[in-house]
Amino acid sequence: MNTPAATHESTIDLKPLGPQHAAWVLRLADGSLVLSQRLSEWCGHGPVLEEDIAFTNIALDLLGQARLLYSHAGALEGQGRDEDAFAYWRDESEFRNPTLVELPNGDFGQSVLRAWAYVSWQCLVWGTLAKSRDTALAAIGAKSVKESRYHQEHLGNWVVRLGDGTEESHRRMQTALDYLWPYTSELFHLDAVETAAMDTGLAPGLDRIAEIWTANTNATLHSATLTVPAPTPFLATGRQGRHSEAMGYLLSEMQALARAHPGARW
Amino acid sequence: MSTGAPLPQDFFAAFGAIEQVPAPWDGSEEGLWTLLQAIPDPEIPAVSLVDLGIVREAHSEPATRSAAVVITPTYAGCPATEAIRQEIVRVLKAAGVADLRVELRIAPAWTTDWITAAGREALQRFGITPPCTIAGNLPRALQFRPACPRCGSHRTEQISAFGATPCKALHRCQHCREPFDYFKPL
Repeated sequence: MNTPAATHESTIDLKPLGPQHAAWVLRLADGSLVLSQRLSEWCGHGPVLEEDIAFTNIALDLLGQARLLYSHAGALEGQGRDEDAFAYWRDESEFRNPTLVELPNGDFGQSVLRAWAYVSWQCLVWGTLAKSRDTALAAIGAKSVKESRYHQEHLGNWVVRLGDGTEESHRRMQTALDYLWPYTSELFHLDAVETAAMDTGLAPGLDRIAEIWTANTNATLHSATLTVPAPTPFLATGRQGRHSEAMGYLLSEMQALARAHPGARW
Repeated sequence: MSTGAPLPQDFFAAFGAIEQVPAPWDGSEEGLWTLLQAIPDPEIPAVSLVDLGIVREAHSEPATRSAAVVITPTYAGCPATEAIRQEIVRVLKAAGVADLRVELRIAPAWTTDWITAAGREALQRFGITPPCTIAGNLPRALQFRPACPRCGSHRTEQISAFGATPCKALHRCQHCREPFDYFKPL
């Protein structure tokens, strides 16, 4: 974590596809970083050693995605901001992750369910990037999708195991599902930034992933004997920079060291 | 995230790799590959960076004694990537490369299918079962039961889908009862 993660940038022509290009990439990057931070909180606290290792491994992969995406966003922006500038030196309202990933971990089941919902969405987004006009972003997608599929597989198995487990694990999973599901609609809300990403050929077919995600997740939730909550009109606003009360605490922990010791080196 | 600081000098010593003084570079591309072939992976020192498929290209300019090396990360977040880059710089500079450029390239994405036959043998000897070669077909790859690297039995079970490094999962042989690492197909 010492040199820019994406030195391949130097060989690629970086011409933004419209004014919202970097903003869209930052949304993806922030989603990966914030979920990585949440999963890292499980380090040393997993219910069993294997799942402690699983969460921290997934967190590391998400951090790897975030680094590549931040470096790419910085290059697109052209103002000299590197991955650290994005991660440590922006304030809450500048983060554009969907609210879903910043919510507190809750119990193990809730953490599994949230991460599974998000990585299932990621797998589809990486897929749309295969046809992106931004070849550097397509490369990040092609790299990430292989790892994300492992995450989806592993977490999905736990959703089924816990949902279709004991009376208590089922009850907890249904409670987590009822709590988390209203936040997922933000992932598919096509605001100006998302629409621009589609229209400029940055992420073509973004409007088609909601249907696929819903079909995929419903199938797994059905296997897990869980009841999919009815849609609600609620729309979370993390991507607009208006976060839940949990976000400030998350950032203060994540950014404390970098801000207390600016320019600190190992 | 980044601090810009190099890793401590004893990083490789601490992880079991032996820091050797390389033979002087003859200026050829072949000579470059020979030097790279001798560099061990920092996390799996039994296998060379070349045999893991991490070194993608090596070019030389004998007249100016300059060289360019292209490497690719295994996993996007693998912390060994920076250590690998620094070790390549250290070895090639020590061998007499005057001007060196190490480029990190992520496309095409690294796959375990790039691990060479020699690399697979080295993994096996080290006690890590090499990945099945159907990484492109994840559902089938996940069904695959790796053989025990000690007794060769296919009666094995997965203990943990994730392991000590991003690239490994933990399994157990039901025949000889020994646990072992499996290099995940990716």
